[in-house]
Amino acid sequence: MELIWHGVLKAAELVFGLDGEVWSITWRSLQISGCATFISLLIGMPLGIALALARFPGRATTVALINTGMGLPPVVVGLFISIFLWRSGPLGFLELIYTPAAMVIAQVIIAFPIVAGLTMASFQALDPKLALQLLGIGASKPQLLWLLVREAKLPLLAAVMAGFGGVISEVGASMMVGGNIRNQTRVLTTATVLETGKGNFEIAIALGLILLGLTFAINLLLTRIQQREQLRWPRLS
Amino acid sequence: MAATLLSLRDVVVRYGDTIALQIAALDLHSGEILAIIGPNGSGKSTLLRVMGLLQRPSDGTVMFRGENAFDGNLLRLRRRCATVFQEPLLLNATVYENAVLGLKLRGLSNHEIARRLDPWLERLGIAHLRQRFARSLSGGEAQRTSLVRALVLEPEILLLDEPFAALDPTSREALLRDFQAILNDCKITAVFVTHDRNEAFGLAGRIAVLHHGRMAQIGAREDVFHRPESEIVADIVGIENRLPGVVEDCDGRYVIIRVNQIWLRVAGRLTPGIRVIVCLRPESLMISRDNFRASDYNRLTGTIKGVLAGLMHQRITLECNGLPLVALIERQPCVNLKLAEREMVTITFSSSAAHIIIAH
Repeated sequence: MELIWHGVLKAAELVFGLDGEVWSITWRSLQISGCATFISLLIGMPLGIALALARFPGRATTVALINTGMGLPPVVVGLFISIFLWRSGPLGFLELIYTPAAMVIAQVIIAFPIVAGLTMASFQALDPKLALQLLGIGASKPQLLWLLVREAKLPLLAAVMAGFGGVISEVGASMMVGGNIRNQTRVLTTATVLETGKGNFEIAIALGLILLGLTFAINLLLTRIQQREQLRWPRLS
Repeated sequence: MAATLLSLRDVVVRYGDTIALQIAALDLHSGEILAIIGPNGSGKSTLLRVMGLLQRPSDGTVMFRGENAFDGNLLRLRRRCATVFQEPLLLNATVYENAVLGLKLRGLSNHEIARRLDPWLERLGIAHLRQRFARSLSGGEAQRTSLVRALVLEPEILLLDEPFAALDPTSREALLRDFQAILNDCKITAVFVTHDRNEAFGLAGRIAVLHHGRMAQIGAREDVFHRPESEIVADIVGIENRLPGVVEDCDGRYVIIRVNQIWLRVAGRLTPGIRVIVCLRPESLMISRDNFRASDYNRLTGTIKGVLAGLMHQRITLECNGLPLVALIERQPCVNLKLAEREMVTITFSSSAAHIIIAH
Protein backbone atom coordinates (compact mmCIF):
# COMPACT_ATOMS: atom_id res chain seq x y z
CA MET A 1 0.00 0.00 0.00
CA GLU A 2 2.80 2.34 0.95
CA LEU A 3 4.34 1.75 -2.44
CA ILE A 4 1.22 2.98 -4.19
CA TRP A 5 0.75 5.97 -1.88
CA HIS A 6 4.38 6.92 -2.26
CA GLY A 7 4.04 6.48 -6.02
CA VAL A 8 1.04 8.74 -6.19
CA LEU A 9 2.84 11.51 -4.26
CA LYS A 10 5.86 11.21 -6.50
CA ALA A 11 3.60 11.19 -9.52
CA ALA A 12 1.92 14.40 -8.41
CA GLU A 13 5.36 15.94 -7.94
CA LEU A 14 6.36 14.92 -11.47
CA VAL A 15 3.15 16.06 -13.05
CA PHE A 16 2.73 19.34 -11.28
CA GLY A 17 6.44 19.98 -10.99
CA LEU A 18 6.50 20.10 -14.77
CA ASP A 19 9.08 17.38 -15.12
CA GLY A 20 10.62 17.88 -18.55
CA GLU A 21 10.78 14.27 -19.61
CA VAL A 22 7.28 13.33 -18.43
CA TRP A 23 5.75 16.25 -20.27
CA SER A 24 7.74 15.68 -23.44
CA ILE A 25 6.59 12.05 -23.43
CA THR A 26 2.98 13.19 -22.95
CA TRP A 27 3.26 15.75 -25.70
CA ARG A 28 4.77 13.17 -28.06
CA SER A 29 1.93 10.74 -27.28
CA LEU A 30 -0.63 13.40 -28.10
CA GLN A 31 1.16 14.33 -31.32
CA ILE A 32 1.51 10.79 -32.61
CA SER A 33 -1.98 9.64 -31.63
CA GLY A 34 -3.53 12.94 -32.72
CA CYS A 35 -1.88 12.68 -36.10
CA ALA A 36 -2.94 9.02 -36.43
CA THR A 37 -6.53 9.92 -35.47
CA PHE A 38 -6.62 12.73 -38.02
CA ILE A 39 -5.45 10.43 -40.83
CA SER A 40 -7.92 7.77 -39.66
CA LEU A 41 -10.72 10.30 -40.00
CA LEU A 42 -9.65 11.17 -43.53
CA ILE A 43 -9.80 7.48 -44.46
CA GLY A 44 -12.47 6.16 -42.11
CA MET A 45 -15.20 8.79 -42.43
CA PRO A 46 -15.64 8.69 -46.22
CA LEU A 47 -15.38 4.91 -46.09
CA GLY A 48 -18.00 4.68 -43.34
CA ILE A 49 -20.34 7.07 -45.18
CA ALA A 50 -19.90 5.14 -48.42
CA LEU A 51 -20.60 1.84 -46.67
CA ALA A 52 -23.73 3.27 -45.07
CA LEU A 53 -25.19 4.99 -48.12
CA ALA A 54 -23.91 3.22 -51.22
CA ARG A 55 -24.76 -0.21 -52.59
CA PHE A 56 -21.92 -1.88 -54.42
CA PRO A 57 -20.64 -5.42 -54.97
CA GLY A 58 -18.40 -6.54 -52.13
CA ARG A 59 -20.05 -4.19 -49.64
CA ALA A 60 -20.97 -6.98 -47.22
CA THR A 61 -17.40 -8.31 -47.26
CA THR A 62 -16.00 -4.84 -46.66
CA VAL A 63 -18.37 -4.31 -43.72
CA ALA A 64 -17.30 -7.65 -42.24
CA LEU A 65 -13.63 -6.67 -42.65
CA ILE A 66 -14.23 -3.30 -41.01
CA ASN A 67 -16.05 -4.94 -38.12
CA THR A 68 -13.13 -7.33 -37.67
CA GLY A 69 -10.74 -4.38 -37.92
CA MET A 70 -12.53 -2.62 -35.07
CA GLY A 71 -11.25 -5.31 -32.75
CA LEU A 72 -7.81 -5.77 -34.30
CA PRO A 73 -5.21 -6.75 -31.65
CA PRO A 74 -2.51 -4.02 -31.68
CA VAL A 75 0.28 -6.57 -31.36
CA VAL A 76 -0.84 -8.23 -34.59
CA VAL A 77 -0.81 -4.85 -36.30
CA GLY A 78 2.63 -4.22 -34.79
CA LEU A 79 3.87 -7.54 -36.09
CA PHE A 80 2.76 -6.94 -39.66
CA ILE A 81 3.88 -3.32 -39.80
CA SER A 82 7.25 -4.43 -38.40
CA ILE A 83 7.60 -7.08 -41.08
CA PHE A 84 6.79 -4.58 -43.82
CA LEU A 85 9.02 -1.81 -42.48
CA TRP A 86 11.92 -4.07 -41.42
CA ARG A 87 15.20 -3.07 -43.04
CA SER A 88 15.04 -6.14 -45.27
CA GLY A 89 11.24 -6.00 -45.61
CA PRO A 90 9.19 -4.91 -48.67
CA LEU A 91 9.04 -1.30 -47.48
CA GLY A 92 12.39 -1.35 -45.70
CA PHE A 93 13.88 1.16 -48.13
CA LEU A 94 11.64 3.83 -46.57
CA GLU A 95 13.71 3.47 -43.37
CA LEU A 96 10.69 4.09 -41.20
CA ILE A 97 11.07 1.37 -38.59
CA TYR A 98 11.61 2.80 -35.08
CA THR A 99 10.40 6.26 -36.09
CA PRO A 100 7.32 8.20 -34.98
CA ALA A 101 6.05 7.83 -38.59
CA ALA A 102 5.98 4.05 -38.20
CA MET A 103 3.95 4.47 -35.01
CA VAL A 104 1.51 6.74 -36.80
CA ILE A 105 1.09 4.12 -39.56
CA ALA A 106 0.43 1.37 -37.04
CA GLN A 107 -2.04 3.51 -35.11
CA VAL A 108 -3.87 4.49 -38.30
CA ILE A 109 -4.31 0.78 -39.08
CA ILE A 110 -5.77 0.33 -35.60
CA ALA A 111 -7.97 3.44 -35.57
CA PHE A 112 -9.41 3.79 -39.07
CA PRO A 113 -11.64 0.69 -38.89
CA ILE A 114 -13.01 2.01 -35.58
CA VAL A 115 -13.76 5.37 -37.17
CA ALA A 116 -15.21 3.77 -40.31
CA GLY A 117 -17.37 1.33 -38.34
CA LEU A 118 -18.78 3.96 -36.00
CA THR A 119 -19.31 6.43 -38.86
CA MET A 120 -21.24 3.77 -40.74
CA ALA A 121 -23.34 3.03 -37.66
CA SER A 122 -24.11 6.69 -37.07
CA PHE A 123 -25.26 7.13 -40.67
CA GLN A 124 -27.30 3.96 -40.61
CA ALA A 125 -29.06 5.26 -37.52
CA LEU A 126 -30.48 8.11 -39.60
CA ASP A 127 -33.91 7.60 -41.15
CA PRO A 128 -33.29 6.58 -44.80
CA LYS A 129 -36.36 8.65 -45.73
CA LEU A 130 -34.60 11.75 -44.41
CA ALA A 131 -32.33 11.73 -47.46
CA LEU A 132 -35.35 11.56 -49.75
CA GLN A 133 -37.04 14.36 -47.82
CA LEU A 134 -33.97 16.59 -48.09
CA LEU A 135 -33.84 15.99 -51.84
CA GLY A 136 -37.57 16.69 -51.85
CA ILE A 137 -37.05 20.24 -50.61
CA GLY A 138 -34.29 20.88 -53.12
CA ALA A 139 -30.97 19.72 -51.66
CA SER A 140 -28.19 19.05 -54.16
CA LYS A 141 -26.08 15.92 -53.67
CA PRO A 142 -23.26 17.78 -51.85
CA GLN A 143 -25.80 19.67 -49.72
CA LEU A 144 -27.50 16.39 -48.89
CA LEU A 145 -24.21 14.85 -47.74
CA TRP A 146 -23.37 17.89 -45.64
CA LEU A 147 -26.83 17.93 -44.00
CA LEU A 148 -26.58 14.21 -43.20
CA VAL A 149 -23.11 14.66 -41.67
CA ARG A 150 -24.47 17.55 -39.60
CA GLU A 151 -27.44 15.46 -38.51
CA ALA A 152 -25.14 12.60 -37.46
CA LYS A 153 -22.57 14.93 -35.87
CA LEU A 154 -22.82 13.72 -32.29
CA PRO A 155 -22.31 10.03 -33.02
CA LEU A 156 -19.59 11.08 -35.47
CA LEU A 157 -17.82 12.88 -32.65
CA ALA A 158 -18.03 9.64 -30.71
CA ALA A 159 -16.29 7.92 -33.63
CA VAL A 160 -13.47 10.46 -33.45
CA MET A 161 -12.98 10.00 -29.74
CA ALA A 162 -13.24 6.23 -29.84
CA GLY A 163 -10.49 6.23 -32.49
CA PHE A 164 -8.28 8.52 -30.43
CA GLY A 165 -8.97 6.62 -27.21
CA GLY A 166 -8.05 3.39 -28.97
CA VAL A 167 -4.62 4.54 -30.11
CA ILE A 168 -3.51 6.72 -27.19
CA SER A 169 -3.84 3.73 -24.84
CA GLU A 170 -2.38 1.16 -27.20
CA VAL A 171 1.04 -0.27 -26.32
CA GLY A 172 1.84 -3.37 -28.38
CA ALA A 173 2.19 -1.85 -31.82
CA SER A 174 3.91 1.32 -30.58
CA MET A 175 6.49 -0.75 -28.75
CA MET A 176 7.13 -3.01 -31.74
CA VAL A 177 7.35 -0.45 -34.53
CA GLY A 178 8.53 2.52 -32.46
CA GLY A 179 11.09 0.74 -30.34
CA ASN A 180 10.55 2.96 -27.26
CA ILE A 181 13.61 5.10 -28.04
CA ARG A 182 14.16 7.87 -25.53
CA ASN A 183 13.34 11.35 -26.83
CA GLN A 184 12.24 9.88 -30.16
CA THR A 185 9.57 7.22 -29.97
CA ARG A 186 8.94 6.89 -26.25
CA VAL A 187 5.26 7.51 -25.51
CA LEU A 188 3.14 7.25 -22.35
CA THR A 189 2.30 3.57 -22.74
CA THR A 190 5.74 2.32 -23.74
CA ALA A 191 7.41 4.43 -21.06
CA THR A 192 5.04 2.98 -18.45
CA VAL A 193 6.02 -0.54 -19.49
CA LEU A 194 9.73 0.35 -19.34
CA GLU A 195 9.65 2.11 -15.97
CA THR A 196 7.60 -0.67 -14.42
CA GLY A 197 10.15 -3.18 -15.70
CA LYS A 198 12.96 -1.18 -14.16
CA GLY A 199 11.13 -0.95 -10.83
CA ASN A 200 10.67 2.84 -11.05
CA PHE A 201 7.12 2.65 -9.85
CA GLU A 202 6.84 6.37 -9.03
CA ILE A 203 7.48 7.40 -12.62
CA ALA A 204 5.37 4.53 -13.94
CA ILE A 205 2.47 5.59 -11.76
CA ALA A 206 2.87 9.22 -12.84
CA LEU A 207 2.79 8.21 -16.50
CA GLY A 208 -0.10 5.86 -15.84
CA LEU A 209 -2.07 8.58 -14.11
CA ILE A 210 -1.57 10.99 -16.99
CA LEU A 211 -2.72 8.33 -19.43
CA LEU A 212 -5.67 7.48 -17.21
CA GLY A 213 -6.56 11.16 -16.97
CA LEU A 214 -6.48 11.52 -20.74
CA THR A 215 -8.62 8.47 -21.45
CA PHE A 216 -11.00 9.39 -18.64
CA ALA A 217 -11.45 12.88 -20.09
CA ILE A 218 -12.16 11.40 -23.52
CA ASN A 219 -14.61 8.84 -22.20
CA LEU A 220 -16.36 11.42 -20.04
CA LEU A 221 -16.94 13.59 -23.08
CA LEU A 222 -18.05 10.59 -25.13
CA THR A 223 -20.49 9.46 -22.46
CA ARG A 224 -22.00 12.91 -22.10
CA ILE A 225 -22.57 13.10 -25.84
CA GLN A 226 -24.15 9.69 -25.94
CA GLN A 227 -26.34 10.46 -22.94
CA ARG A 228 -27.53 13.63 -24.59
CA GLU A 229 -28.66 11.58 -27.58
CA GLN A 230 -30.30 8.95 -25.41
CA LEU A 231 -34.06 8.83 -25.67
CA ARG A 232 -35.83 8.59 -22.35
CA TRP A 233 -36.80 5.05 -21.50
CA PRO A 234 -39.84 4.38 -19.38
CA ARG A 235 -39.24 2.89 -15.96
CA LEU A 236 -39.36 -0.86 -16.52
CA SER A 237 -40.74 -3.12 -13.87
CA MET B 1 -57.70 23.96 -70.54
CA ALA B 2 -54.93 24.73 -68.10
CA ALA B 3 -51.30 24.32 -69.09
CA THR B 4 -49.71 20.92 -68.57
CA LEU B 5 -47.13 21.16 -65.82
CA LEU B 6 -45.91 17.63 -65.74
CA SER B 7 -46.45 14.79 -68.13
CA LEU B 8 -45.42 11.16 -67.81
CA ARG B 9 -45.16 8.96 -70.88
CA ASP B 10 -44.59 5.20 -70.87
CA VAL B 11 -43.04 5.41 -67.41
CA VAL B 12 -41.88 2.10 -65.97
CA VAL B 13 -40.23 1.57 -62.61
CA ARG B 14 -38.68 -1.82 -61.96
CA TYR B 15 -37.26 -3.17 -58.74
CA GLY B 16 -35.21 -6.11 -59.94
CA ASP B 17 -37.57 -8.27 -61.97
CA THR B 18 -40.80 -6.86 -60.58
CA ILE B 19 -42.55 -3.97 -62.23
CA ALA B 20 -43.57 -1.56 -59.49
CA LEU B 21 -45.09 1.06 -61.74
CA GLN B 22 -46.25 1.19 -65.35
CA ILE B 23 -47.96 4.39 -66.47
CA ALA B 24 -48.70 4.88 -70.17
CA ALA B 25 -49.68 8.53 -69.85
CA LEU B 26 -50.40 10.92 -67.02
CA ASP B 27 -50.66 14.71 -67.26
CA LEU B 28 -50.77 17.10 -64.35
CA HIS B 29 -52.40 20.43 -65.15
CA SER B 30 -51.51 23.76 -63.64
CA GLY B 31 -53.70 24.59 -60.64
CA GLU B 32 -55.29 21.17 -60.22
CA ILE B 33 -55.25 18.92 -57.19
CA LEU B 34 -54.73 15.27 -57.97
CA ALA B 35 -55.18 12.50 -55.43
CA ILE B 36 -53.52 9.13 -55.91
CA ILE B 37 -55.36 6.29 -54.21
CA GLY B 38 -54.97 2.52 -54.26
CA PRO B 39 -54.23 -0.43 -52.00
CA ASN B 40 -50.89 -0.95 -50.23
CA GLY B 41 -48.10 -1.79 -52.64
CA SER B 42 -49.99 -0.46 -55.66
CA GLY B 43 -47.16 1.94 -56.52
CA LYS B 44 -48.66 5.18 -55.15
CA SER B 45 -45.53 6.34 -53.38
CA THR B 46 -43.32 5.31 -56.28
CA LEU B 47 -45.49 7.36 -58.64
CA LEU B 48 -45.27 10.34 -56.28
CA ARG B 49 -41.47 10.08 -56.13
CA VAL B 50 -41.27 9.97 -59.93
CA MET B 51 -43.58 12.98 -60.19
CA GLY B 52 -41.54 14.83 -57.57
CA LEU B 53 -38.41 14.14 -59.68
CA LEU B 54 -36.94 12.19 -56.76
CA GLN B 55 -36.76 8.84 -58.50
CA ARG B 56 -35.56 8.21 -62.02
CA PRO B 57 -37.90 5.79 -63.79
CA SER B 58 -36.34 2.68 -65.36
CA ASP B 59 -38.01 3.62 -68.64
CA GLY B 60 -40.06 6.40 -70.17
CA THR B 61 -39.99 10.17 -69.97
CA VAL B 62 -41.07 12.75 -67.42
CA MET B 63 -41.56 16.20 -68.92
CA PHE B 64 -41.66 19.24 -66.65
CA ARG B 65 -43.19 22.15 -68.59
CA GLY B 66 -41.98 20.55 -71.80
CA GLU B 67 -38.47 19.89 -70.52
CA ASN B 68 -37.20 16.33 -70.17
CA ALA B 69 -36.61 16.30 -66.43
CA PHE B 70 -34.25 13.39 -66.00
CA ASP B 71 -32.10 14.26 -68.98
CA GLY B 72 -31.56 17.92 -68.21
CA ASN B 73 -30.67 19.86 -65.12
CA LEU B 74 -32.56 17.73 -62.63
CA LEU B 75 -31.70 19.80 -59.55
CA ARG B 76 -32.95 23.04 -61.12
CA LEU B 77 -36.32 21.42 -61.96
CA ARG B 78 -36.53 19.56 -58.65
CA ARG B 79 -36.17 22.88 -56.88
CA ARG B 80 -39.42 24.00 -58.49
CA CYS B 81 -41.20 21.15 -56.65
CA ALA B 82 -41.47 20.34 -52.96
CA THR B 83 -42.36 17.05 -51.29
CA VAL B 84 -43.88 16.40 -47.88
CA PHE B 85 -43.85 12.88 -46.43
CA GLN B 86 -46.00 11.05 -43.93
CA GLU B 87 -43.43 11.48 -41.18
CA PRO B 88 -42.33 15.08 -40.66
CA LEU B 89 -38.61 14.10 -41.08
CA LEU B 90 -37.28 17.23 -39.43
CA LEU B 91 -33.62 17.91 -38.72
CA ASN B 92 -32.46 17.94 -35.12
CA ALA B 93 -32.80 21.73 -34.94
CA THR B 94 -35.37 24.42 -34.19
CA VAL B 95 -38.67 24.91 -35.99
CA TYR B 96 -37.24 28.05 -37.60
CA GLU B 97 -34.09 26.30 -38.86
CA ASN B 98 -36.19 23.47 -40.27
CA ALA B 99 -38.71 25.75 -41.92
CA VAL B 100 -36.06 27.82 -43.71
CA LEU B 101 -33.99 24.85 -44.82
CA GLY B 102 -35.27 24.75 -48.40
CA LEU B 103 -34.77 28.51 -48.81
CA LYS B 104 -31.25 28.25 -47.37
CA LEU B 105 -30.43 25.43 -49.79
CA ARG B 106 -31.43 27.80 -52.61
CA GLY B 107 -29.07 30.45 -51.28
CA LEU B 108 -31.66 33.10 -50.46
CA SER B 109 -30.70 36.11 -48.34
CA ASN B 110 -31.78 36.26 -44.70
CA HIS B 111 -33.96 39.25 -45.45
CA GLU B 112 -35.79 37.42 -48.24
CA ILE B 113 -36.11 34.31 -46.05
CA ALA B 114 -37.75 36.28 -43.22
CA ARG B 115 -40.10 38.03 -45.63
CA ARG B 116 -41.30 34.74 -47.08
CA LEU B 117 -41.33 32.63 -43.94
CA ASP B 118 -43.30 34.71 -41.45
CA PRO B 119 -46.67 34.65 -43.26
CA TRP B 120 -46.50 30.86 -43.57
CA LEU B 121 -45.59 30.33 -39.92
CA GLU B 122 -48.62 32.48 -39.04
CA ARG B 123 -50.86 30.72 -41.51
CA LEU B 124 -50.05 27.27 -40.13
CA GLY B 125 -50.30 28.56 -36.56
CA ILE B 126 -46.75 27.70 -35.49
CA ALA B 127 -45.21 31.18 -35.29
CA HIS B 128 -44.97 30.88 -31.49
CA LEU B 129 -42.93 27.67 -31.87
CA ARG B 130 -40.10 29.25 -33.92
CA GLN B 131 -37.38 28.62 -31.36
CA ARG B 132 -38.65 25.23 -30.18
CA PHE B 133 -36.60 22.16 -30.95
CA ALA B 134 -38.10 19.77 -33.47
CA ARG B 135 -37.95 16.82 -31.11
CA SER B 136 -40.11 18.60 -28.53
CA LEU B 137 -43.00 19.11 -30.98
CA SER B 138 -46.24 17.14 -31.06
CA GLY B 139 -47.02 15.14 -34.21
CA GLY B 140 -49.34 17.84 -35.51
CA GLU B 141 -46.88 20.67 -34.85
CA ALA B 142 -44.07 18.72 -36.50
CA GLN B 143 -46.16 18.04 -39.61
CA ARG B 144 -47.14 21.72 -39.73
CA THR B 145 -43.43 22.59 -39.67
CA SER B 146 -42.83 20.13 -42.49
CA LEU B 147 -45.68 21.72 -44.49
CA VAL B 148 -44.31 25.24 -43.93
CA ARG B 149 -40.88 24.03 -45.05
CA ALA B 150 -42.45 22.97 -48.36
CA LEU B 151 -45.04 25.76 -48.81
CA VAL B 152 -42.56 28.57 -48.19
CA LEU B 153 -40.71 27.42 -51.31
CA GLU B 154 -43.82 28.39 -53.32
CA PRO B 155 -43.34 25.25 -55.42
CA GLU B 156 -44.92 24.90 -58.82
CA ILE B 157 -45.92 21.40 -57.74
CA LEU B 158 -46.51 20.41 -54.14
CA LEU B 159 -46.29 16.66 -53.58
CA LEU B 160 -47.58 15.00 -50.43
CA ASP B 161 -47.21 11.35 -49.44
CA GLU B 162 -50.01 10.56 -46.96
CA PRO B 163 -49.36 13.83 -45.14
CA PHE B 164 -52.06 13.45 -42.51
CA ALA B 165 -52.06 9.68 -42.02
CA ALA B 166 -49.83 9.56 -38.96
CA LEU B 167 -51.70 12.22 -36.97
CA ASP B 168 -54.23 11.76 -34.19
CA PRO B 169 -57.83 12.48 -35.30
CA THR B 170 -58.07 15.92 -33.66
CA SER B 171 -54.86 17.41 -35.06
CA ARG B 172 -55.55 15.63 -38.32
CA GLU B 173 -58.91 17.35 -38.77
CA ALA B 174 -57.54 20.73 -37.73
CA LEU B 175 -54.61 20.47 -40.14
CA LEU B 176 -56.87 19.18 -42.91
CA ARG B 177 -59.12 22.25 -42.55
CA ASP B 178 -56.13 24.62 -42.62
CA PHE B 179 -54.62 22.82 -45.57
CA GLN B 180 -57.86 22.88 -47.54
CA ALA B 181 -58.12 26.65 -47.00
CA ILE B 182 -54.53 27.11 -48.19
CA LEU B 183 -55.16 25.04 -51.32
CA ASN B 184 -58.25 27.12 -52.11
CA ASP B 185 -56.59 30.47 -51.47
CA CYS B 186 -53.23 29.91 -53.09
CA LYS B 187 -54.17 28.05 -56.28
CA ILE B 188 -51.47 25.51 -55.60
CA THR B 189 -50.91 22.60 -57.96
CA ALA B 190 -50.73 19.58 -55.72
CA VAL B 191 -50.46 15.82 -55.95
CA PHE B 192 -51.14 13.75 -52.88
CA VAL B 193 -51.19 10.10 -51.98
CA THR B 194 -53.80 9.00 -49.49
CA HIS B 195 -55.51 5.97 -48.04
CA ASP B 196 -58.46 8.01 -46.89
CA ARG B 197 -61.33 8.17 -49.40
CA ASN B 198 -62.90 11.16 -47.63
CA GLU B 199 -59.62 13.04 -47.81
CA ALA B 200 -59.26 12.24 -51.52
CA PHE B 201 -62.85 13.23 -52.29
CA GLY B 202 -62.70 16.33 -50.11
CA LEU B 203 -59.41 17.78 -51.37
CA ALA B 204 -58.88 16.62 -54.91
CA GLY B 205 -60.55 17.59 -58.15
CA ARG B 206 -59.17 14.61 -59.99
CA ILE B 207 -58.38 11.17 -58.70
CA ALA B 208 -55.98 8.56 -59.99
CA VAL B 209 -56.58 4.97 -58.90
CA LEU B 210 -53.56 2.69 -58.94
CA HIS B 211 -53.71 -1.07 -58.83
CA HIS B 212 -50.67 -3.34 -59.14
CA GLY B 213 -48.61 -0.40 -60.42
CA ARG B 214 -51.03 0.41 -63.24
CA MET B 215 -53.52 3.20 -63.64
CA ALA B 216 -56.86 1.52 -63.05
CA GLN B 217 -58.77 4.77 -63.63
CA ILE B 218 -58.14 8.49 -63.63
CA GLY B 219 -60.78 11.17 -63.81
CA ALA B 220 -62.95 13.71 -62.03
CA ARG B 221 -63.64 12.71 -58.45
CA GLU B 222 -67.40 12.17 -59.06
CA ASP B 223 -66.66 9.86 -61.97
CA VAL B 224 -64.15 7.80 -60.07
CA PHE B 225 -66.22 7.56 -56.91
CA HIS B 226 -69.67 7.14 -58.48
CA ARG B 227 -68.93 5.74 -61.93
CA PRO B 228 -65.95 3.39 -61.59
CA GLU B 229 -64.95 1.71 -64.82
CA SER B 230 -64.06 -1.63 -63.30
CA GLU B 231 -64.89 -3.80 -60.33
CA ILE B 232 -61.39 -3.22 -58.98
CA VAL B 233 -61.90 0.54 -58.91
CA ALA B 234 -65.39 0.07 -57.44
CA ASP B 235 -63.81 -1.91 -54.62
CA ILE B 236 -61.04 0.67 -54.04
CA VAL B 237 -63.49 3.58 -53.88
CA GLY B 238 -65.63 1.73 -51.36
CA ILE B 239 -68.55 0.40 -53.39
CA GLU B 240 -69.04 -2.72 -51.35
CA ASN B 241 -72.20 -4.03 -53.03
CA ARG B 242 -71.27 -5.43 -56.42
CA LEU B 243 -73.93 -7.70 -57.82
CA PRO B 244 -73.26 -9.75 -60.97
CA GLY B 245 -76.30 -9.95 -63.28
CA VAL B 246 -77.64 -10.05 -66.82
CA VAL B 247 -79.50 -7.32 -68.73
CA GLU B 248 -82.99 -8.61 -69.53
CA ASP B 249 -84.71 -5.59 -70.94
CA CYS B 250 -84.11 -1.98 -71.90
CA ASP B 251 -86.67 0.74 -72.59
CA GLY B 252 -84.18 3.45 -73.57
CA ARG B 253 -84.04 5.08 -70.13
CA TYR B 254 -83.89 2.16 -67.76
CA VAL B 255 -82.55 -1.34 -67.95
CA ILE B 256 -83.92 -4.34 -66.13
CA ILE B 257 -81.17 -6.51 -64.73
CA ARG B 258 -81.64 -9.94 -63.25
CA VAL B 259 -79.45 -10.74 -60.28
CA ASN B 260 -80.13 -14.27 -59.04
CA GLN B 261 -83.91 -14.26 -58.75
CA ILE B 262 -84.15 -10.52 -58.16
CA TRP B 263 -84.97 -7.93 -60.81
CA LEU B 264 -83.36 -4.53 -60.54
CA ARG B 265 -84.33 -1.39 -62.48
CA VAL B 266 -81.37 0.86 -63.10
CA ALA B 267 -80.94 4.05 -65.13
CA GLY B 268 -78.98 3.36 -68.31
CA ARG B 269 -79.04 2.02 -71.84
CA LEU B 270 -77.69 -1.46 -72.56
CA THR B 271 -78.35 -4.31 -74.96
CA PRO B 272 -80.26 -7.22 -73.38
CA GLY B 273 -78.19 -10.33 -72.81
CA ILE B 274 -74.92 -8.74 -71.74
CA ARG B 275 -73.41 -9.51 -68.38
CA VAL B 276 -73.02 -6.63 -65.95
CA ILE B 277 -72.07 -5.81 -62.39
CA VAL B 278 -74.48 -3.58 -60.50
CA CYS B 279 -72.63 -1.29 -58.09
CA LEU B 280 -74.44 0.07 -55.05
CA ARG B 281 -72.82 2.22 -52.40
CA PRO B 282 -73.69 0.94 -48.90
CA GLU B 283 -74.99 4.40 -48.00
CA SER B 284 -77.49 4.40 -50.87
CA LEU B 285 -79.41 1.39 -49.53
CA MET B 286 -82.51 2.16 -47.45
CA ILE B 287 -83.96 -0.22 -44.92
CA SER B 288 -87.57 -0.27 -43.73
CA ARG B 289 -89.91 -2.61 -41.92
CA ASP B 290 -93.09 -2.08 -43.97
CA ASN B 291 -94.00 -4.43 -46.80
CA PHE B 292 -95.80 -1.79 -48.85
CA ARG B 293 -95.20 -2.53 -52.51
CA ALA B 294 -94.78 0.64 -54.54
CA SER B 295 -92.85 -1.03 -57.30
CA ASP B 296 -91.76 -4.52 -58.20
CA TYR B 297 -88.25 -3.36 -58.77
CA ASN B 298 -85.40 -2.31 -56.48
CA ARG B 299 -87.27 -3.67 -53.55
CA LEU B 300 -85.64 -6.61 -51.82
CA THR B 301 -86.50 -8.59 -48.76
CA GLY B 302 -83.59 -9.73 -46.69
CA THR B 303 -82.39 -10.95 -43.34
CA ILE B 304 -80.09 -8.98 -41.10
CA LYS B 305 -76.88 -10.91 -40.53
CA GLY B 306 -75.07 -8.37 -38.38
CA VAL B 307 -75.25 -4.85 -36.98
CA LEU B 308 -72.00 -3.00 -36.36
CA ALA B 309 -72.47 0.20 -34.38
CA GLY B 310 -70.53 3.25 -35.46
CA LEU B 311 -70.39 6.88 -34.41
CA MET B 312 -72.14 8.26 -37.49
CA HIS B 313 -73.49 5.19 -39.19
CA GLN B 314 -74.47 1.67 -38.37
CA ARG B 315 -73.14 -0.93 -40.68
CA ILE B 316 -75.76 -3.55 -41.45
CA THR B 317 -74.83 -6.76 -43.22
CA LEU B 318 -77.75 -8.47 -44.94
CA GLU B 319 -78.63 -11.44 -47.06
CA CYS B 320 -81.26 -11.23 -49.83
CA ASN B 321 -81.99 -14.38 -51.80
CA GLY B 322 -78.43 -15.58 -51.28
CA LEU B 323 -76.92 -12.17 -52.10
CA PRO B 324 -74.74 -10.59 -49.44
CA LEU B 325 -75.39 -6.84 -49.06
CA VAL B 326 -73.96 -4.12 -46.88
CA ALA B 327 -75.90 -1.01 -45.88
CA LEU B 328 -74.68 2.05 -44.00
CA ILE B 329 -77.63 3.59 -42.19
CA GLU B 330 -77.45 6.82 -40.23
CA ARG B 331 -77.30 6.12 -36.57
CA GLN B 332 -80.53 7.73 -35.38
CA PRO B 333 -82.95 6.20 -37.90
CA CYS B 334 -81.26 2.93 -37.27
CA VAL B 335 -81.79 3.16 -33.53
CA ASN B 336 -85.44 4.10 -34.12
CA LEU B 337 -85.95 1.03 -36.27
CA LYS B 338 -84.42 -1.17 -33.54
CA LEU B 339 -82.78 -3.38 -36.11
CA ALA B 340 -81.49 -6.67 -34.78
CA GLU B 341 -79.93 -9.79 -36.18
CA ARG B 342 -82.08 -12.41 -37.96
CA GLU B 343 -84.88 -9.91 -38.59
CA MET B 344 -86.56 -9.60 -41.97
CA VAL B 345 -86.43 -6.13 -43.51
CA THR B 346 -87.20 -4.46 -46.81
CA ILE B 347 -84.29 -2.94 -48.70
CA THR B 348 -84.85 -0.31 -51.35
CA PHE B 349 -82.68 1.96 -53.47
CA SER B 350 -83.26 4.57 -56.12
CA SER B 351 -82.77 3.51 -59.72
CA SER B 352 -80.28 6.37 -60.19
CA ALA B 353 -78.17 5.27 -57.22
CA ALA B 354 -76.92 2.18 -59.01
CA HIS B 355 -73.99 2.21 -61.39
CA ILE B 356 -73.44 -0.48 -63.97
CA ILE B 357 -70.12 -1.95 -65.03
CA ILE B 358 -69.97 -4.21 -68.08
CA ALA B 359 -68.56 -7.55 -66.91
CA HIS B 360 -65.69 -9.12 -68.81
